[in-house]
Amino acid sequence: MKLIFEKSKPGRGTAMLPPCDVPFAEMDESLKRKAPLPLPEIGEGELARHYSELERRTHGVNNGFYPLGSCTMKYNPHLNEDIAMMVGFNRIHPLQPERTAQGCLGIIHLAEKLYCEITGMDAITFQPSAGAHGEFTGIAMIRAYHQKNGEDEQRREILIPDAAHGTNPASAAMNGYKVVTIPSGPDGCTNMEAFRSAVGPKTAGVMLTNPNTLGIFEKNIAEITDLVHTAGGLCYYDGANLNAVMGIVNPGAMGFDIIHLNLHKTFSTPHGGGGPGSGAVGCKEILRPFLPVPIVSETKNGYTLEYNRPDSIGKVRSFYGNFLVVVRALCYILSLGSDGVKEASEGAVLNANYLRKKIADGKYVAYKEPSMHEFVLGLSELKKETGISALDIAKGLLDYGIHPPTMYFPLIVEEALMVEPTETETRETLDEAAEAFNTLFRMAKEEPEKLHGAPFTTPVKRPDEVEAARHPILRYQFD
Amino acid sequence: MGGYIPMARCEQEEMLAELGLSKMEDLFTEVPKELLAAPLEMPKGKSEYEVRRIMEDFGRDNKIFKTCFRGAGAYRHYAPAIAKHVSAKETFLTAYTPYQAEISQGGLQAIFEFQTDICVLTGMDISNASVYDGATAAAEAIVMCRERKREKALIYSNCNPDTLSVAETYCKCQDIPYEILPAKDGLVDKELLKEKLDETVSCVLVQSPNYYGMFEGVEEVSEIAHAAGAKVIHSGNPIAMAIINSPGEMGADIAVGEAQPLGLSLAYGGPYLGYMACREALMRRLPGRIVGQTVDENGERCFVLTMQAREQHIRREKASSSICSNQALCALAASAYIASMGPEGLRCVAQQCYDKAHYAAQRLEEVGYKRRHQGEFFHEFLTECPPGPEQVLQKLEAEGILGGLAVDGGILWCCTEMNTRAEINRMVAICEEVALI
Amino acid sequence: MQIKSDLSYTKNHEWVEKTSDGKAKIGITDYAQSELGDLVFINLPQVGDALSAGDAFADVESVKAVSDIHAPINGTVSAVNEALLDEPELINQDSYAAWFVQVEQPDFPSDLLSAAEYEAFLKEEG
Repeated sequence: MKLIFEKSKPGRGTAMLPPCDVPFAEMDESLKRKAPLPLPEIGEGELARHYSELERRTHGVNNGFYPLGSCTMKYNPHLNEDIAMMVGFNRIHPLQPERTAQGCLGIIHLAEKLYCEITGMDAITFQPSAGAHGEFTGIAMIRAYHQKNGEDEQRREILIPDAAHGTNPASAAMNGYKVVTIPSGPDGCTNMEAFRSAVGPKTAGVMLTNPNTLGIFEKNIAEITDLVHTAGGLCYYDGANLNAVMGIVNPGAMGFDIIHLNLHKTFSTPHGGGGPGSGAVGCKEILRPFLPVPIVSETKNGYTLEYNRPDSIGKVRSFYGNFLVVVRALCYILSLGSDGVKEASEGAVLNANYLRKKIADGKYVAYKEPSMHEFVLGLSELKKETGISALDIAKGLLDYGIHPPTMYFPLIVEEALMVEPTETETRETLDEAAEAFNTLFRMAKEEPEKLHGAPFTTPVKRPDEVEAARHPILRYQFD
Repeated sequence: MGGYIPMARCEQEEMLAELGLSKMEDLFTEVPKELLAAPLEMPKGKSEYEVRRIMEDFGRDNKIFKTCFRGAGAYRHYAPAIAKHVSAKETFLTAYTPYQAEISQGGLQAIFEFQTDICVLTGMDISNASVYDGATAAAEAIVMCRERKREKALIYSNCNPDTLSVAETYCKCQDIPYEILPAKDGLVDKELLKEKLDETVSCVLVQSPNYYGMFEGVEEVSEIAHAAGAKVIHSGNPIAMAIINSPGEMGADIAVGEAQPLGLSLAYGGPYLGYMACREALMRRLPGRIVGQTVDENGERCFVLTMQAREQHIRREKASSSICSNQALCALAASAYIASMGPEGLRCVAQQCYDKAHYAAQRLEEVGYKRRHQGEFFHEFLTECPPGPEQVLQKLEAEGILGGLAVDGGILWCCTEMNTRAEINRMVAICEEVALI
Repeated sequence: MQIKSDLSYTKNHEWVEKTSDGKAKIGITDYAQSELGDLVFINLPQVGDALSAGDAFADVESVKAVSDIHAPINGTVSAVNEALLDEPELINQDSYAAWFVQVEQPDFPSDLLSAAEYEAFLKEEG
């Protein structure tokens, strides 16, 4: 299909603005743009078709099953979109006087209260715009805490399990920390012996997700957080997998001091093809002074933005974060309520375990421990036997209209496929998906050559990623 | 059933039975009993209609100003209907990051088009797929310039305060030395810049138009910085670039900024859209997702996420940034905005911003609100405020007008194409009236 | 798997060539390039950087992975092969021609392998 620049013809377009009603102001010649401005010139009808065609060449949750592990691709309720489009939120300037933005501040305040209860935290900021941004913020707060206590120079290490998301070590390094990688044991959980010997006076903190990226609950979590606290460190919870445990067990009770939530995963706000998200950061009382400014406070004159916070790490982005994402997430939590929150996690874990059993009766599951909301298949045996890799199976799934699971992650499992069905899928969808997997496993044995050629039904075939990376073309090349 | 769970409880019980379990609790046997949560105290789930009413009430607690003369980092522009509808299309909305290229060509192509738009506007060679906002884009650019022997950043004090604040946070966290260059009469003195540049300086962050709406003379900044071996990060306004010389023309090495003016609503501060573009030589240092063109097995042109080995999911603690998400949907909206306006439409928006701001500045001057600084400006300007800003702004508020922002004892005004002559005249009349009392 | 008889090797699959001007060149072996797959980018050190045997001094990227390359010897970088920056595929095409850096005042650790020893090591590794 053509690029919009290839559809452009000089002089086309649709007028959107009235003529200017004030005198023309001449600008100094030295300020004027001299470079050409080859942006698309295209009529509105053609434009509408262009984007409809692009939409047809995209796959979203509303198009089909999307069991992308660690990404929690649940249904995004329409109500939330309706509310997020209200002019009462969209027309509000972020620097309006607080007395004229009480609705927005009230939303942030209520969302903070409800999310604190779910996570066992005492305060939340919605400023971080994504999970990785939340991690960066949270680790900065941990460092600020140690600085305040005069221990920054001593505490230079963050402990991170080898199965962690890549953002964890990167976020720790962005705060100047040395990353100490903790191996996983044969049960898929943190190797406690290695952990005990790694914790010490140099430890600034630990970053963990629980259930971990293998979808297994870290049984020793209380001991882990206790060891870190005893050594004087703090415990960071990566909320990527919170969908498994809402209303069942909260990060505060597990011993975590600070967390981030992915509102675009657990709390149903749409991923938008890669953002905008929200990586809200929650913390216990001891870390409240270090939260980014401003924070929303309730006073007898209504809600207000509090800037005078000398220990704050400062701002991590402009204004107050992705406000409309918070609006959607609040709608979601009000819809679910105390009962629905727990039912969502129960449903997520049930669906994962059901699908795990239905796919080759669990034969390819990398770890036999019980799964929470997701599970990881390890296909190295299949590959040895048939030459069919995790990539081939993933590409085969495309022909069934299924978005493949997360591939080749976590790194500690060879030929990994990480499957997270979420609670918003029906049993029929799970049965059909299992059937697709099982058919592909049969095909791997009977017709491996054919499967190497998958997908067959998609708008394009497998792309040449090597060429793309070796000789990058990153924009349209004008003549 | 709560939680948008599609199945009845009895179906779930059948599924449990297939797993050899009798109740939901059996799924959670790995969770130590002493950690199990007490029942949540928050209210039970509500119907769609109840939630709608609650949220609409929140909306009513906000005041919508019909007329707005406030900018300072968030700008009210007209977004064509089609631009808003495109980003509301549910497939774009509900897709994840386009890791599976075969079924994600739409989203990938849209980002490739956005990258091209940003390159055209900024005059740069390479753009990424967007970052969180303009402030984080500036901060990431500073990190990107850091070299072993050149670490220090020089930051113009008249950047937007949020940009300054975020840049400071990022520098502090990463132990990057920085110095903030004070402004005199709204601009940073070039002699001061020369004085501060030495062999330890990696980059200069300059915003133009700056916080006070004024142009900083970026060509000269580039010459001075490059002579000292430092890079120039230009923070700008993409609307202005339709008529004002682009950062590329002015010698900048990296162009960053807030692309919210490209048709994104004010939305109480977000989601917004950071753009980040650079010269080809810096390509591999650019953080964030990048879409590239390639061919598929049949030789058909297609698009993929590329140069991923720069990123955190591969490089882990050695990555220069942990950034993962971009603002894809906002980038799509901005791209649709640009396409629906076209180059002429965009020039028209920019020129009207310029004309109206200059008209307003002149009218305000006539009634005693003199501009504090003398330099050329785009669509924002700082005036003195004889009666005191609070008094003026409250009076305007009472008349349904969001006035400029109180800054340094004066008022920072902004005009866009949305402000009519009649609105400007009325605002000026109210300002005059308050001054006379 | 090609192994050149006149080079020295490491167990990390790097090769070293002593050149007649008293300097040395470093690269990765044919085995290494085939294990790494299609390379798409390389990060090289700067001229003047000190190399310390065993420490990472460069990295190579494939589409989905990045791998550190370790210095087989001590010394100072006197030239880098900039052609690899534009055409990393040269490493895949002929890994012994695609030197990464030239090193002056090289100091060779005693545990470098001869071609025969490296070949035996590869067999052992299976």
